[in-house]
Amino acid sequence: MRPIHYYRCMRGIVWREGLRFLNQRGRFVAALVRPLVWLVIFAAGFRFVLGVSIIPPYQTYIPYEEYIAPGLIGMIQLFQAMQSTLSMVWDREMGSMRTLLVSPLPRWYLLVSKMVATVAVAVLQSYVFLGIAYFWGIQPPPIGYLTVLPALILSGMMLSALGLFISSAIRQLENFAGVMNFVIFPMFFASSALYPLWTVREANQKLYYVCMVNPFTHAVELVRFALYEQFNAKACAVVAGALFVFMALAILGYDPGRGLIVRRAGAE
Amino acid sequence: MAYCDVVGHEAVKGATVDLKTDASDRRSTGSPDSEALPLVVAGLSHAFGERQALDDVSFELNRGDRTMLLGLNGAGKTTLFSLITRLYNHRGGSIRIFGWEIKQKPSEALARLGVVFQLPTLDPDLSVTQNLSYHAALHGLPPREAAVRIRREIERVGLTDRMHEKARTLSGGQRRRVEIARALIHRPKMLLLDEPTVGLDIASRQFLLDHVRMLCREEGLAALWATHLIDEVDSAARVIVLHRGGILAQGPVPDVIRQANAASIREAFDKLTGGRSE
Repeated sequence: MRPIHYYRCMRGIVWREGLRFLNQRGRFVAALVRPLVWLVIFAAGFRFVLGVSIIPPYQTYIPYEEYIAPGLIGMIQLFQAMQSTLSMVWDREMGSMRTLLVSPLPRWYLLVSKMVATVAVAVLQSYVFLGIAYFWGIQPPPIGYLTVLPALILSGMMLSALGLFISSAIRQLENFAGVMNFVIFPMFFASSALYPLWTVREANQKLYYVCMVNPFTHAVELVRFALYEQFNAKACAVVAGALFVFMALAILGYDPGRGLIVRRAGAE
Repeated sequence: MAYCDVVGHEAVKGATVDLKTDASDRRSTGSPDSEALPLVVAGLSHAFGERQALDDVSFELNRGDRTMLLGLNGAGKTTLFSLITRLYNHRGGSIRIFGWEIKQKPSEALARLGVVFQLPTLDPDLSVTQNLSYHAALHGLPPREAAVRIRREIERVGLTDRMHEKARTLSGGQRRRVEIARALIHRPKMLLLDEPTVGLDIASRQFLLDHVRMLCREEGLAALWATHLIDEVDSAARVIVLHRGGILAQGPVPDVIRQANAASIREAFDKLTGGRSE
């Protein structure tokens, strides 16, 4: 197998994910409506309840809508990663996961390609959301649209790796409800997506620590700073570290020698 | 090579395995691919916790061989296929595909293998061509060459007029034909089929059987076809009877029938497995 084979394989996996996404228009609309509902309705309702002080990267008082926009991008990425998880489990139940795993390319590379495909769709969704949000008054500096791209890729990869690991561990599609309850909601609400962490700290010190160790918090902060042309080194380091750990777990989960896939096969 | 053994599951098995392992080793050494056999399984064992799914399984496939892997549900057929396709690694013994040990050289082994899985594996939301292009990409084929091969294989299974339709619009039999076409896109020299006719009507079943027969006869493809439907085993095939994770008999169908002292393969199968069932 030469590098060109690797390239063609990854291109094929990304192309298929894109086609699947475009073919399922309902999924495309749902992926956009979800954060827009939060932006238009939730944020409007809460803008007078939750005061936002001047905190970096902002240099002035900002409306609540503007504060939660990066959090909603994080939401898009989180849902996309978990939907990819869903499709992996669905694929496995339907058997099409098997066609991926009998490819002669190394399994870790197939998993990384799958992650890249997930992130490509998530980045596309994020930009469409930012485009619509522009007309709702969320107008970061023009260069911010460019500087946010690496942050979207890194945070998307981290969440996608988490999704892949979960997909190797759960056995059935029905367990996706459990993923919603035990992964998506806790990660989203115990983060800085909807409220600055200083408000959480004032309310509950323990919850503040939970938010601080939640990698999703740092993914949101990475995106938030990047959108305003700033680099948050701490968030970047935490997200990169979490990406490394989750990717290692995912590769281990799908390892033919000792992965969870072996143990699950025995239980079937 | 026309060896056949109908062996006592416990008593004679070890001796048979030794003979086969020696023979396999001779044929599998040297430069893989040149003279190596399509598939050599030697002393293969696998357990899930306490449950022994496969116990000391040994057999081999020659070029052009059409071998029916016959076994009841739960005999270990799917586990065997999962190990040959390296969904997970085997614990004991070895699996060589054209001389390449699957655990050590998975890329070389898998590149030479075409697989039709038991469960439907086409993406229903993609067209037939898109499904096959995806498979071609997974094998690193250049798009232009893939397009030519896809057209040819689809033509051979008689579905040219449905190429651009979504897979969900096809009947069960047509989907299976597409899956066989897909398994051949990267031009493997060996084909694995895991109960490919389950749920199909008689005409579709016959089409698949004839198509695989043709591939073995005219292109020298080695095929391993798992089934629990005895009707699918004809006298020109080789057969391996798998029962509770062990091989009870293997060889050309007439030899297995004769050695089991039976009048038909059905009777031979009943005799071999009947005494061992509850």
